[in-house]
Amino acid sequence: MAKKMHITLTVNGKEEEFLAEPRELLIYTLRERLNYTGAHIGCETSHCGACTVTIDGKSVKACTMFVAQADGADITTIEGIGGPDNLHPLQTAFKEHHGLQCGYCTPGMITRAAKLLEENPNPTEEEIRFGMAGNICRCTGYQNIVKSIQAAAVEMNAPKEAAE
Amino acid sequence: MIPAAFEYHRPTDIPGVLSLLAQHGDDARVMAGGHSLIPMMKLRMAEVPHLIDLQDVGGLDEIRVEGDSVQIGAMVTQADIIDHGALAQAVPILREASLQIADPQVRYMGTVGGNVANGDPGNDMPGLMQCLDATFRVVGPTGERAIPARTFYEAAYMTAREDDEVLIGVTIPRPAGGHAYEKQKRKIGDYATAAAAVQIVKDGGTCAQAAIAMTNLSDTPIYSETAGAALVGTGVDDGALAAAVAAMLADIDPSDDNRGPVAFKNHVAGVILRRAITRAWARA
Repeated sequence: MAKKMHITLTVNGKEEEFLAEPRELLIYTLRERLNYTGAHIGCETSHCGACTVTIDGKSVKACTMFVAQADGADITTIEGIGGPDNLHPLQTAFKEHHGLQCGYCTPGMITRAAKLLEENPNPTEEEIRFGMAGNICRCTGYQNIVKSIQAAAVEMNAPKEAAE
Repeated sequence: MIPAAFEYHRPTDIPGVLSLLAQHGDDARVMAGGHSLIPMMKLRMAEVPHLIDLQDVGGLDEIRVEGDSVQIGAMVTQADIIDHGALAQAVPILREASLQIADPQVRYMGTVGGNVANGDPGNDMPGLMQCLDATFRVVGPTGERAIPARTFYEAAYMTAREDDEVLIGVTIPRPAGGHAYEKQKRKIGDYATAAAAVQIVKDGGTCAQAAIAMTNLSDTPIYSETAGAALVGTGVDDGALAAAVAAMLADIDPSDDNRGPVAFKNHVAGVILRRAITRAWARA
């Protein structure tokens, strides 16, 4: 057995230190070691996007990264985006526009959408569909996911426009 | 999914990478973004006792657009290529192809070096680099050498890079004329059923130069010199298109798999190449 590594991560602003085998997949580190169970394991083969988290400013499928690669990284999961008492505008919009049914893909969808809106605050429908192509939903048919992201973009741009 | 155990190494410079490769030989593999290697390790189709992660090696993530050529470091990602304005001006086919690779999350991680060095016939960059007549820069114990993309690929996962060498970058001569990267795939994130990279130079109403390479239609990318030659000197009319497609079909050797039988792949290859030539010609 390979020796364990000393790993340091920042997850949702909190520093975490532990010993782990380098082969541990980051999604298991987050879910089972650190109890951030928001990001889900869907396909576990980097297709479905349910495990999407933000790592050093990039949307990444956490099932396709070893914990060793993430050593030193700054990670944001859905828990760092918003919670029951402080919903992110994307979470509110998904709720109001029926952007989910079973909800399994939703943490990955919202984490990815948050990054998309950060890079492109005013996306067209086509840009949303292209930018969300790495996240699969088997319930909604995507229509209401697109609507939710559009609604969140409007909501998030409103204060900026008011300030201008 | 739990891959076999390995020792993890994160060297900070190329001499560090080379000494690990020299020390561990066949037991070591270099990893860039990991989005080809990690899936193979999870399936235990690849076992890598010593994994050498390149993320902290400096100087491999640069894009340099120079007078007559472009240098792209091995760790440049597809997302970096898509976002680089000067590169999109100089070699627009790179952005067009990168947008057709996998999905946004994978493009943040997937690198040029990994894509070309891996030797997977499904990867898009190898055919693209053959079309562009790129050269790959590899460094080993005896120094650096440049290997043309058109001679780099020997068989599936077998390339001209030696086990003790590491690919550090790609040099692309600045292309002239029109370009097109056309790809048929079953779904987002799938490899191509067939893909074609085309660069065409037009002189008046005549094709002066044409470079054509095909992806995932043999156990290596296929640079079809005869398909390009079938266009040169013509006005790229129906007869020339048919001749180029016939020449390309003689060069590829697709196999029967879950993307379809051989006859279907030949058919799709023809359709894709026709579209790519037509689009490149319109832009030339």
